[in-house]
Amino acid sequence: MNDAAPMIDIRDLTVTFTGGRKPVHAVNGVTLSVQRGEVVALLGESGSGKSVTLRSLLNMHPKHRSRLNGSVIAAGQDVLKLSGRALADYRGRVASMIFQEPLLALDPVYTVGAQIVEAIRRHEKATLAVAQARALALLQKVRIPSPERRLQAFPHEMSGGMRQRAMIALALACNPQILLADEPTTALDATVQIQILLLLRELQRELGLTVILVTHDIGVAVEVADRVAVMYAGRIVETGPVREIIRNPRHPYTQGLLASRAHDAMSGARLDAIPGAPPDLAALPPGCAFAPRCRFSAAACLAEAPGSVAVGPQHSARCLRLAELAAA
Amino acid sequence: MLIYTLKRLLYVLPVAFGVSVVCFLLVHITPGDPLTAVMPIDASAEQQAAMRAAYGFDKPLPVQYVIWLGKVMIGDLGTSIASGRAVLTEVSRAVSNTLILSAVATAIGFFFGCLFGFVAGYYRGSPVDRLASALSVLGVSVPHYWLGMVLVIIFSVQLNWLPATGAGPGGSADWAWNWDHIRHLILPAITMSVIPMGVIARTIRALVAEILSQEFIQALAAKGMTDRGIFRHVVKNTAPTALAVMGLQLGYLLGGSILIETVFSWPGTGFLLNAAIFQRDLPLLQGTILVLAMFFVLLNLLVDVLQTALDPRIQRS
Repeated sequence: MNDAAPMIDIRDLTVTFTGGRKPVHAVNGVTLSVQRGEVVALLGESGSGKSVTLRSLLNMHPKHRSRLNGSVIAAGQDVLKLSGRALADYRGRVASMIFQEPLLALDPVYTVGAQIVEAIRRHEKATLAVAQARALALLQKVRIPSPERRLQAFPHEMSGGMRQRAMIALALACNPQILLADEPTTALDATVQIQILLLLRELQRELGLTVILVTHDIGVAVEVADRVAVMYAGRIVETGPVREIIRNPRHPYTQGLLASRAHDAMSGARLDAIPGAPPDLAALPPGCAFAPRCRFSAAACLAEAPGSVAVGPQHSARCLRLAELAAA
Repeated sequence: MLIYTLKRLLYVLPVAFGVSVVCFLLVHITPGDPLTAVMPIDASAEQQAAMRAAYGFDKPLPVQYVIWLGKVMIGDLGTSIASGRAVLTEVSRAVSNTLILSAVATAIGFFFGCLFGFVAGYYRGSPVDRLASALSVLGVSVPHYWLGMVLVIIFSVQLNWLPATGAGPGGSADWAWNWDHIRHLILPAITMSVIPMGVIARTIRALVAEILSQEFIQALAAKGMTDRGIFRHVVKNTAPTALAVMGLQLGYLLGGSILIETVFSWPGTGFLLNAAIFQRDLPLLQGTILVLAMFFVLLNLLVDVLQTALDPRIQRS
C-alpha cells in the first residue's frame, strides 16, 4: 500500500435496514476519504447516519437485517467483503472502536484486565504474563491511577471517566492503525469530557492514529478534529477543515447547527433552534432532505438532490443555492 | 468472599429456628390429640394421662419445644409409630434415595434445559426456537404423574425394557451404582427431569436473548472476538442465574416429588411422606419435613455462595 492512498476510503456507501416493515435508508451515498494520521469528525444530530457509517467501517451491521452498497476500503482492505475469520482478524487489529457508554460496552462479569488480555491474546501469540504486562502498560498509557489495582477491577467498580480510559486502552491493545470513536464523551461529565478528548488527541499524535470521531457536539469536533463532515439524513452535506466550517459554514444546515449552540448566545435570549424534525428515513423526500426545514429552500430544492460542490480548498457542500446564498 | 460466606451462614440461623418451630407445632396443629393414633380407643383417663406424661405432652409448649429441639440437636428425631424404627434411620435412607433421583433428574434437566435454552436464545424466532420453546412449555405444563404412567406403559409394559417400580432388584432399598439399580432409576429420573428442563430452558432463553442484545456483545465483536469467543462471555453471564434456578429446582425436587415417587414406588422422601400422612405417623412426618426444610435452606445457602463467586456485582456492590 503506497503512502499516497488514503487510510480510509468510503465510496458511495448506502446502508439500508430491512428488518422492519419498511426499509430504512440510514446512509444514502456517503463518500469520505481520510488520510493517514488525520482526525475527521462526523457531525450531526440523532438519526443522521453518522454512527451507522462508523459501524460500517467494522462491517458491524447484521447481514440478514441490512443491505450495504458501495465500498469501504480501510488500510488497503475491502471491509465490506470481509467475513468470518478474516473480518475478526481485521476488527481490533487494523481498526478498533470506542463506544459511547463504556459501562454497557464492557462485559460486567470480567475484570478490565481480563478483557484487555483477551483482546491481545486473540490477535497475537502472547503468553498470559506478556499480555498482562502489556495490559498494565496500556492502563498506564491512558493514565489510570494505580493501574495494577485497576487491572483486577470490574467495570462497575470504576468511575465513568476511568471506564472510558479503560475502553480506550482496550481499543489500543493491538496497536490498530484506525481508531473509531462513537460519541466517546457523550456519557461523561463535562469536566471529564475535556480530559478524555485531550487524551485522545495526545494518543492520536503519539501513535499516528487515523481517527473518525462521531459526535453531535461541535465543541468536541473543534477540540480534536482536523476536518469535519456534517451529516444529515444519511448524507454528508458539508465537509471541510474545522476552522473553515466554523468561520464560514456554507450549507444552511451547518449554519443552523452553529447558530443553535449555547456557546455565544446572550444570557436570557432564546437559542436559535432549527425548526422542524429530521426526516423519516423510511420515506425520504426526492429532493434535498433538509429542504422542508430550510429557511432558504426554493422549488428546485424539493425536486432534485443536490450534488457536492467545491467551495474552497478541501471545502465542499451539497446545496443548490450556494451561489445565491453566498452573494446575499 | 470468606466474610460474605460467614455472614450468609449467620442468616441461616433465624430461618432454621423458624423451620424448627413450624415443624414442632405441626404435631399440635393437626386435629385431635397426637396420641389418639396410637392409643386404644377404650383407654381409660389414667392410662391417657400416663401416656401423655411418658411422651412429655403434659408440660407447657415452650418447654416441650426446648426438650424436642435438644433431642433433634443430638440426632434423635423420635421413633416411627408405624414401623417402630428410629425416624432418623428411615429419613436418612429416604433422603439418600431421593437425593440420587433428584440429582440425576436435575443433571439431565440442566443439560437439556441449557441446550434448548441456548439454541432458542441464539436463534430466536427460528423454527428451532419454536421447537425448543414448545418442548419447554410442555415440560412445565404436562402433569408429571401422567407422563410417568405413559412412560411406564411404553417402556415397561409394551416394550418391557425397563422396570416400572422400585429402586433395585427385589425391592431392595439400598442403592448401588450398578446397572441393576440404574435401570430402575431411568424412568423416574427422566419423568422428574422434565420439570427443571422446562424451567431452565425458558430462563436461559430469555437470559441469552437479553445478553445478546447488550452492547458489550457488539463491543466484543468489534475487538475481533470470534463467535466462539463471544459464546464464552454469554455463558459466563448466564451462569449465576442458571445456577440459582438449578439450585432452587433441585430444592423443589427434593421435597416435591411425592407424586413421581408414588407412581414409581421410589423409596424416597416423597414416598415416605405419603406413607406417613396416610398412616398418621406424626413423628415420621415431623422428622421428614424438618430434614427436607433444612435441606432447602442449606441448598439456598450453597447457591448464594456459588453465585457470589461467579458474579462480581453481587458481592462487591
